[in-house]
Amino acid sequence: MRVKFTVNGREQQADDVWEGESLLYVLRERMGLPGSKNACEQGECGSCTVRLDGVPVCSCLVAAGQAEGREVVTVEGLADYAEQRAQHGGCATGACGSAGTSVDAAQRRQAKPAAEGQVKLSPVQQAFIDAGAVQCGFCTPGLLVAADELLERNAQPSDADIREALSGNLCRCTGYEKILDAVRLAAARGDARTAGTGA
Amino acid sequence: MSGVTRTPTHLTQGGTADAGIGASTLRPDGTLKVTGEFAYSSDLWHEDMLWGCTLRSTVAHAEIVSIDTSEALAQSGVYAVLTYDDLPTEVKNYGLEIQDTPVLAHGKVRHHGEPVALVAADHPETARRAAAKIKVEYAELPVVTDEASALAEDAPLVHENRKDHHAGHVPHPNIVHRQPIVRGDADAAARRADVIVSGEYVFGMQDQAFLGPESGLAVPAEDGGVDLYVATQWLHSDLRQIAPVLGLPEDKVRMTLSGVGGAFGGREDLSMQIHGCLLALRTGKPVKIVYNRFESFFGHVHRHPAKLWYEHGATKDGKLTHMKCRIVLDGGAYASASPAVVGNASSLSVGPYAVDDVDIEAIALYTNNPPCGAMRGFGAVQACFAYEAQMDKLAQKLGMDPVEFRQLNAMEQGTPLPTGQVVDSPAPVAELLRRVKAMPLPPENQWETTEGADVRALPGGLSNTTHGEDVVRGIGYAVGIKNVGFSEGFDDYSTARVRMEVVGGVPVATVHTAMAEVGQGGVTVHAQIARTELGVDQVTIHPADTRVGSAGSTSASRQTYVTGGAVKNTCEHVREQVLELGRRKFGTYHPAWATAELLLENGKAVTDGGEVLADVADVLEDEAIDLELEWRHRPTEPFDLRTGQGNGHVQYSFAAHRAVVEVDTALGLVKVVELACAQDVGKALNPLSVVGQIQGGTTQGLGVAVMEEIIVDPKTAKVRNPSFTDYLIPTILDTPTIPVDVLELADEHAPYGLRGIGEAPTLSSTPAVLAAIRNATGLELNRTPVRPEHLTGT
Ligand code: FES
Ligand code: FES
Repeated sequence: MRVKFTVNGREQQADDVWEGESLLYVLRERMGLPGSKNACEQGECGSCTVRLDGVPVCSCLVAAGQAEGREVVTVEGLADYAEQRAQHGGCATGACGSAGTSVDAAQRRQAKPAAEGQVKLSPVQQAFIDAGAVQCGFCTPGLLVAADELLERNAQPSDADIREALSGNLCRCTGYEKILDAVRLAAARGDARTAGTGA
Repeated sequence: MSGVTRTPTHLTQGGTADAGIGASTLRPDGTLKVTGEFAYSSDLWHEDMLWGCTLRSTVAHAEIVSIDTSEALAQSGVYAVLTYDDLPTEVKNYGLEIQDTPVLAHGKVRHHGEPVALVAADHPETARRAAAKIKVEYAELPVVTDEASALAEDAPLVHENRKDHHAGHVPHPNIVHRQPIVRGDADAAARRADVIVSGEYVFGMQDQAFLGPESGLAVPAEDGGVDLYVATQWLHSDLRQIAPVLGLPEDKVRMTLSGVGGAFGGREDLSMQIHGCLLALRTGKPVKIVYNRFESFFGHVHRHPAKLWYEHGATKDGKLTHMKCRIVLDGGAYASASPAVVGNASSLSVGPYAVDDVDIEAIALYTNNPPCGAMRGFGAVQACFAYEAQMDKLAQKLGMDPVEFRQLNAMEQGTPLPTGQVVDSPAPVAELLRRVKAMPLPPENQWETTEGADVRALPGGLSNTTHGEDVVRGIGYAVGIKNVGFSEGFDDYSTARVRMEVVGGVPVATVHTAMAEVGQGGVTVHAQIARTELGVDQVTIHPADTRVGSAGSTSASRQTYVTGGAVKNTCEHVREQVLELGRRKFGTYHPAWATAELLLENGKAVTDGGEVLADVADVLEDEAIDLELEWRHRPTEPFDLRTGQGNGHVQYSFAAHRAVVEVDTALGLVKVVELACAQDVGKALNPLSVVGQIQGGTTQGLGVAVMEEIIVDPKTAKVRNPSFTDYLIPTILDTPTIPVDVLELADEHAPYGLRGIGEAPTLSSTPAVLAAIRNATGLELNRTPVRPEHLTGT
């Protein structure tokens, strides 16, 4: 079958998709977006977390067909997404609370080439680097998507809020302490008006 | 390389002089990792590639009567189905030390999940469905699953015709390796004891559970060889095992490290490497294999489960008199790293304590359980769990404070191990305990808020099982000793190639090693070392591959010591050559070129007094200095097979933990409230990474204390919980705050005085948590992980 949906602000289409293929598989293997990771295919680890119409989901548990016509944001689109949110005053869709965004609005979010030698990063991405929250980094994309969503909802989360929001994302390397630091740092730096630059 | 997309690329990082050693320099791969661009082995892609899949045995021990692949081959989209009969050479086994592991099962399977056949197809689902169509007929054999069944007189032999070098000195063919250690006279010393305690301890089977599954891409090459991109811990060890099975010379198997999503010992043995190459060579097409989580649990060795019997004695003023122990490690069906695990478990079985009279035996068994091998802290972890429980028992019996009791018996620099080897670098055991005890305690009843109980802070957490009625707090301590690097006479060297040249008017360095970056931060540290030694800002880390000499394994806490040492050493030689060139070019202009100690700093050649003699750019001009050198730490020697005596280890690493737990005694649920750690790291080359490693190791120890265990059915030897639904690793809700106190007492024998750090925190966190739970509940608790039924007596 053919599946069409918006990924990081761009219309994408995949052909010959099998009935059983997950959104994760289509993103990684058919659309060339391997940023979302596959570590369990069971909805247990959160490595594959993406946003589907704004809602964080385990993309390994979403059938590709379920994404038809909807909007997906992956770690690859996080920096743009955060920038859009900053421009719209706190909500990337420009309509906080509503489900999804128009294709039009989404297309305005297309990736712009990063300045020479500088990669555009969302505040939470920058905070993960600065706090040392990245070791092997396999859990990082899923954690970033989940953490970014948390901060969108709750700009000043308590530690318990952070733990609750990230409890679906396993990390085997860090012991989580520096991940907490990173989310606290991103929150402390304000609600993400400015994008950082690569380390 | 052609056609493979998203292969690892050079990691370049600019820095300043203060981004050298000792600075919390950020990872050069951090940006790639947070943007999703970093290429893990499961992300590789090649036009026209096929997907490989492994068929694994559904039984633990059986003769293979027949394998019928015809239906699988007939599936459209299937390019190859391989069994043992398709292996190209006479070499059909591999192994780290003993070549006892079949590439594909022949004749027999020896454990549940052993690879039996391979499929390559154009879609991963096609490959899986085809594999399911392969018909294997098994004639099941009785299983050996524990010491009693393995060592019974009529026990089935896991390996019928053993010829390995341990076979001659083990008392039973189902024992992989045995290491006794006898020192002093434990029986005589026991007579001096005022109190004697003994105990039997059980350590469950832990899994590395790295998040990035086993995966890689094998690309057939025009010269008949193969290019393999893979996540591993040691490229050259893989190569040594892969090439003979393929019937290829080593230079026709070119290996490049692709992004590794954690390792913790689980990637020391081969997984898909040979399988991928076989399929690629057979089909003539690139083949990618990615295990799913279920297969990952079968695709790597686990931590040895263990039974440990201990006896200690002490005088009434609290001095240890003697120690006797017997440690039985279950190695499962194949040897893997079992011999080395036995060496560690026995030689470190006393822990960081001074005891002169000991009687020790450690063995590893062959059974039909899943193979066990390397995992963070191996051998030492199991022993630490037991000896620390013993220390608490002794302290309690003597009415002493458990920390003071430990401090009274703590080893120091100069104390001999049971092997007779004297610990000749700082051993601040008492001090680490003092520090961890001195940290402020977390406040009581943290769950209480003005709006009532915040259930998230209680045992059971979000499941809202209690409001604190039956919750009691406990505090426990533990300390451990781990050897750093490969021991027992192993030639534990590393190789580094360093190139220095001028690019765009500034000197830059390129560091090329075969070190596997598995997340530990070696790439960061290598750049820091090059900056410090060569005075450059810009350092490029070349991708790790087999075009440079071996770096040894990213394990045993050795990589910063050994490959870091190799990078330092090569940089020093490069620096010497740069300075020599400077002397030749400019020596006549300034006498200091001949008389002073010279350094490279901020792109300049300077005297140790800070006087600038020349720009490195002017010294080098168009020349590049390019050296590849091997580096070794001081040698070790094997342990005597009868007495266990010998200078077997290079270096030691020490960590202490204090655990604070809250236990709901009605429900049997544990909340670890805080796990404080104090560790001596010798010299923190990158403090940020050091703390991250300590916290990560601590959390893995917490996992095994309260939740992690691979459950193997004792009757069938089948694995019952190969999934993240049933094998639980700590989440952010299970993991407490982990304050870390880092001590830096230089080891004069090591580069920069550093100590390997990765493993020690995994040792002591488990017994600290157990001690805290015992302290809270008054229960004996001699097994890990602790489950609710152990706490509620149900
Ligand atoms: S891969 Fe989707 S939750 Fe683990
Ligand atoms: S950094 Fe490795 S799993 Fe989180």
